[in-house]
Amino acid sequence: MAPVQTTNKTSIIKITDLDFFYGDTQALFKINLTIAKNRITSFIGPSGCGKSTLLRCMNRMYDVIRNTKASGSILFDNNNILQTSTDVTGLRRRIGMVFQKSNPFAKTIYENVVYGLRIAGENKKSVLDQAVEESLKGTSLFDEVKDRLNESALGLSGGQMQRLCIARAIAIKPDVILMDEPCSALDPKSTAKVEELMLNLKKDYSIVIVTHNMQQSSRISEYTAFFLEGRLMEKDTTQKIFTNPSKKETEDYITGKFG
Amino acid sequence: MGDYKKASNKAIGRENFGIYFTGGALLLILLVVCYVMVIVLVNGLGVFWQKPLVEWHLKGGETLLGYENQRDVNSAGQDIVQIKIANRDIVGSDYKWIKLANVLTQNLPENALLVERYEYGDFFGYLGNSKIDSKNKLAELKDKITQLDSKSERLTNLTDEINKLDLKVFNNNNLIKSLTYEGAENASPELTLLRNENETLIGLIGNIAQKKNKILALNSQLNITLKLANGKDFILPIEKILHFNFPNQMGLVDKVGDYLRKLWRLLSEEPREANTEGGIFPAIFGTIIMVFLMSILSFPLGVITAIYLQEYAKRGWLLSVVRISVNNLAGVPSIVYGIFGLGFFIYGIGGFIDQTFFSEFLPTPTFGTGGILWASLTLGLLTAPVVIVSTEEALATIPQGVRESSLALGATKFQTVLKVVLPLASPGMLTGFILAMARAAGEVAPLMITGVVKLAPSLPIDGEFPFIHLNRKFMHLGFHIFDVGFQSPNVEASRAMVYMTTLLLLFIVILMVSIAIYIRSRMIEKYSTSSI
Ligand SMILES: Nc1ncnc2c1ncn2[C@@H]1O[C@H](COP(=O)(O)OP(=O)(O)OP(=O)(O)O)[C@@H](O)[C@H]1O
Ligand SMILES: [Mg+2]
Repeated sequence: MAPVQTTNKTSIIKITDLDFFYGDTQALFKINLTIAKNRITSFIGPSGCGKSTLLRCMNRMYDVIRNTKASGSILFDNNNILQTSTDVTGLRRRIGMVFQKSNPFAKTIYENVVYGLRIAGENKKSVLDQAVEESLKGTSLFDEVKDRLNESALGLSGGQMQRLCIARAIAIKPDVILMDEPCSALDPKSTAKVEELMLNLKKDYSIVIVTHNMQQSSRISEYTAFFLEGRLMEKDTTQKIFTNPSKKETEDYITGKFG
Repeated sequence: MGDYKKASNKAIGRENFGIYFTGGALLLILLVVCYVMVIVLVNGLGVFWQKPLVEWHLKGGETLLGYENQRDVNSAGQDIVQIKIANRDIVGSDYKWIKLANVLTQNLPENALLVERYEYGDFFGYLGNSKIDSKNKLAELKDKITQLDSKSERLTNLTDEINKLDLKVFNNNNLIKSLTYEGAENASPELTLLRNENETLIGLIGNIAQKKNKILALNSQLNITLKLANGKDFILPIEKILHFNFPNQMGLVDKVGDYLRKLWRLLSEEPREANTEGGIFPAIFGTIIMVFLMSILSFPLGVITAIYLQEYAKRGWLLSVVRISVNNLAGVPSIVYGIFGLGFFIYGIGGFIDQTFFSEFLPTPTFGTGGILWASLTLGLLTAPVVIVSTEEALATIPQGVRESSLALGATKFQTVLKVVLPLASPGMLTGFILAMARAAGEVAPLMITGVVKLAPSLPIDGEFPFIHLNRKFMHLGFHIFDVGFQSPNVEASRAMVYMTTLLLLFIVILMVSIAIYIRSRMIEKYSTSSI
């Protein structure tokens, strides 16, 4: 893995005074947050509070939506990625994303995994083969699908598809992986697998995960950020947030009083 | 309880009405389609099945030979029968109506003879009066046909020789021209030599041509005397015989063989006698080539346009206007496209090409006249809206998440469309292609002013350099139906041809559509096994 220059040794992304707008409606207000390197950070908060929006800011996926505007700065590798001059495709190669709904392409399992590499111009068979094996092993999918690599990915089960999407994301070896409710459509068993996988990935990647599942957040993440109505209410170590939150709203949300 | 029951009965009544009403509408449509199919199938497939030739003895001593074609009731309420009696050149018409009441007896003469001819349709009659006579005549007929065949071989050889000599003369002439151009003296030995050679060659050609004419004259004298149903003699030139058989002696196997022979002739030969006889190969060929050329233009154009509209264009009133316009284009009468094609492609682009590249042939147009290229382009424009609309619909059904997944892996928008969205949308796009092809194959009106003809002298693709002649006029099954069925002087005789052509056109459309549907189902299997 390429050595990453970051704002400092322990953080990989630094968000400062981020405001975000969908047309005229503001969805994020003055967000200040750092994402720790080689750690799992979870975003929690009630529906519509802006978790996905913030995630989409970090790899410029909001570009896809018309009429959006972001101000402030998101520092990654000493660059403010919000600048229009940012090479968006290059950025997305380094900050990958996994979505709530798994979206395998209408291709073989093999081609799904190497998609990002091929897009980047890598066509050497040995490199691709190795990437497939590594990423599928990394997502503990290899043993399940090694005999059907050349079959359509659309024939996999829901949990397998989601792990394939993660494999696809790590095949291009990003620095950061953003996961937007990756387990919300999965059964407990698949969820456990994905969680185990994230703990393994932590060695090489910095992970941000959005989740509605408090247990999940407390099980896997080192840091937790709580959002409410577009504002970051509180960010701290997961232990602190879940045992001794400093804000009343956080406590209410965690204990299920609202949200 | 009672009220509840009543209400539910009423609801069931309404429900049933809904089922009957919608089901009835479906049934009606199916019935109409089936009716058309059965009519076309029965009439079309029955055409080539050889019916026995019947001798009809009528009151007043008249005898007819032929088979029943149809029955009717005349204005006086009498049953009448239409008999195909062939022999158009003797009687004036292939068919004759007689009153059923006038028929005394019917029988099947074993030695009834059917001759398919190059001119005037079929001949029905007999070889000779008695059995022995017939036997001798058959030997004579066969012998004469062999004679003719050997002579035809000789004829083609002679023609080849003439062509070779002609080419030599032509080359010599060119040589003379270029030598003169280079300044050679008129009386120079070289030129004189060439001129003398040409003179000898021309003399040779004349000799061979004379030989040829002699054979031709002999051939036309080669004939056989046959008997008509009324006992009179009929002299038939052997060279007019295409095929002969004895329908009343044919067993089932013979009949099947005969059927296949006729079917093959229809599929593989060129038309004769104002399209009422012979085959329709040029029309089949023209139709397929045209649909193919149309596809080459229409599919990419439609798909690219749809991609722009769906993936790139900014949403807004302008896009809506464009969408509505495209949808409306699909409903513009096809003749309007034809007129546009005439004005834009033929007079505009074709005229320009002629002025720039083929000015030495003007005023005879090369591309500035109807041809298969212009007709295909016109149809391409006509079907493009269909492709655009269906491709757009297919693209719209692809979940946004798939696109975002691709973008999130560092793909550009173009890569995403090309590698992820299009494969997923391909089954839906194919549906559009199917509709477009079916529409193009059946369209006739715009072709009539952009290059279709009732009889094309040569095919748009052949062995002559440069092999593909897109400026040529072509034949088309749909136009063939119109021409033979409604423009022909001999409608009765051509009816069989019309049914057969209709059947073939339907068959080609169904075949193309089936292939496309098969490919589509394979794609659906491949691309949409399920996703959560
Ligand atoms: N494409 C969009 N256009 C306009 N407004 C949007 C769009 N996407 C989200 N929003 C709005 O922005 C706000 C934040 O949405 P976001 O999707 O980030 O919430 P979230 O925290 O991810 O919610 P959830 O937990 O339900 O996924 C919401 O008020 C939402 O209505
Ligand atoms: Mg969300």
